Amino acid sequence: MNIVVCIKRVPATDTRIKVGADGTSIDETQVESIISPYDEFAVEAALQLKEAAGAGEVTVVSLGPAETTKELRTCLAMGADKAVLLKDGDAAKRDAQTTAAALAACISGLNADLVLCGKQAVDRDQGQVGTLLAAKLGLPCVTEIKKLEVADGKATVERAGDGGTTETWNVTLPAVLTTTKGLNEPRYAGLKGIMAAKKKPIEEVDAALDDAHITVKSLELPPPRREGRIIGEGPDAVDELMRLLREEAKVL
Amino acid sequence: MAGDILVVAEHSDGAVKRPSLEALTCAAGLAGSLGGSVTALVAGPGAADAASACGAHGAAKVLTLDVDVADTNAWAAAVAGVATEASPALVLFSHTARGKDLAPRVAGKLDRPLASDCTELSVDGGAVVARRPVYAGKALVNVSASGTLLATLRPNAVPATENAAAGETSAADVKAPEKGLGAVLAEIVAAASEKIELTEAAVVVSGGRGLKEAANFNLVEDLAAALGGAVGASRAVVDAGWRPHTEQVGQTGKTVSPNLYIAIAISGAIQHLAGMRTSNYIVAINKDPEAPIFKVADYGIVGDAFEVVPRLTEAVKAAAAAG
Ligand SMILES: Cc1cc2nc3c(=O)[nH]c(=O)nc-3n(C[C@H](O)[C@H](O)[C@H](O)COP(=O)(O)OP(=O)(O)OC[C@H]3O[C@@H](n4cnc5c(N)ncnc54)[C@H](O)[C@@H]3O)c2cc1C
Ligand SMILES: Nc1ncnc2c1ncn2[C@@H]1O[C@H](COP(=O)(O)O)[C@@H](O)[C@H]1O
Repeated sequence: MNIVVCIKRVPATDTRIKVGADGTSIDETQVESIISPYDEFAVEAALQLKEAAGAGEVTVVSLGPAETTKELRTCLAMGADKAVLLKDGDAAKRDAQTTAAALAACISGLNADLVLCGKQAVDRDQGQVGTLLAAKLGLPCVTEIKKLEVADGKATVERAGDGGTTETWNVTLPAVLTTTKGLNEPRYAGLKGIMAAKKKPIEEVDAALDDAHITVKSLELPPPRREGRIIGEGPDAVDELMRLLREEAKVL
Repeated sequence: MAGDILVVAEHSDGAVKRPSLEALTCAAGLAGSLGGSVTALVAGPGAADAASACGAHGAAKVLTLDVDVADTNAWAAAVAGVATEASPALVLFSHTARGKDLAPRVAGKLDRPLASDCTELSVDGGAVVARRPVYAGKALVNVSASGTLLATLRPNAVPATENAAAGETSAADVKAPEKGLGAVLAEIVAAASEKIELTEAAVVVSGGRGLKEAANFNLVEDLAAALGGAVGASRAVVDAGWRPHTEQVGQTGKTVSPNLYIAIAISGAIQHLAGMRTSNYIVAINKDPEAPIFKVADYGIVGDAFEVVPRLTEAVKAAAAAG
């Protein structure tokens, strides 16, 4: 089975955000990067499917700046076979449609049986590239899966539905699935993996980018929250809390 | 028409969900500025019964879609069909479990941009401007598009208010939507008890590692039940297997924005704050006065959760009983 995984290079989750000089994106100097956490579940799922089948190939694709080879190398060290970097210095700012189109142009040539994405890249938090990619490739899509089984060219997946329900979907492959927490525990790349990754190929190509579909007018920091306040100590503070919730916050 | 707005309203058996009433309220305000009107799209069993609530919240028209709402792809095709005919300024969804799955599908079919999880929508120079949190709420962007924009509205971001409009009902004339496209819903397993959706709840009570073991979460559950709220958890607790992944609040869990958020024995790591800092009021109960959660808590109590929380639960119950 040919499995393609889409990963995005994003700022580490503990990054302090500063507005960049252009006023529409963040200041990326001194920002540590990581693989977007949800994408790690996608990589792990692909590796587990390949291992279970004892055959197949896992290709990792990313639209990102040249430095994304660091994140792609990590995926190779985890066990992926090869990687494709669609070079785009401004990948962080691309809208979902442009990103999906660039990924689709690459993936349509990869003969994939399954395409896995994270449910959301934790930079722009758009939560839609996987679904748009499926639309562009003309493939079925199930989002936010927390369980995945593949047999006989079909995937059976579970996702959380409304009101605490669990939905089971039967999906004909090829398909695009987006992953969420709970699906698996992503592995760490061991020393052996890191050594092996050095010999694995990363193909670098210029991304095919269309014009933006949506305009970012401005990026700003949120207004500061009201200053935190300690109202008391121990159980005796409960009366004062009740009073504040009733009279000041009016939430009771 | 150019200034019109379509709102995809969710309901269960005709009772319109609160996030959808919020979306309708938001749309009614925008339509006023755009010189257009609001049309609600309702689908599924009981759709016709949803019409009056849609009208009361600003929908001049209510179109019922004859589709199987379990098949998100068919539902999306029906919405896209209406949107193609109407070419509105905005197609608005709620950022609910269904809405966030549905909206990108419609965006894909229409090849129109989608601004997801918006906290505010406004009109500037005749165009809709969507404001949405990025980097887990550590920044906000304002975006716009020329032509039809799609957006999902975060629950609890805009209060639902009544705003009577005609609410005239008719059946949408959409072509029989494509079937399934390779993904078929096989089964829905209900939860042991109907749960309030975490992202939609007006009150969320979350517990952290300071509760020491899974069984002690009954403190959190009892307080949540007394307040009619949902239960949340920190990642430490989810990773320990005490609570399901669906309850995790934070950057790699759910983003919640309730009216009241109570954090019990949670330290307040940056990734946790990312998921709850836009809550209207935050209460923190923690035995460490230096815990970072107190920096964002409107009302902090320094103390042992095992002593403070039962007292609080009793007080809430007593207040409820007193009416
Ligand atoms: C990539 C990444 C993503 C992450 N995503 C998330 C996320 O989505 N959500 C999330 O929550 N975290 C996330 N984290 C983890 C986060 O950094 C913290 O580790 C986590 O939030 C800590 O959980 P906690 O507050 O329950 O536990 P701790 O930090 O251990 O805090 C426990 C608190 O309980 C208090 N306490 C102890 N005993 C008592 C008592 N008897 N009464 C009252 N208080 C008591 C202590 O004073 C302490 O403040 C992420 C981390 C990374 C690296
Ligand atoms: N630039 C990118 N390169 C590769 N994959 C991406 C990129 N942007 C988004 N994705 C994939 O699409 C998912 C959803 O992203 P988003 O819609 O931006 O939240 C991510 O988790 C990735 O799997």
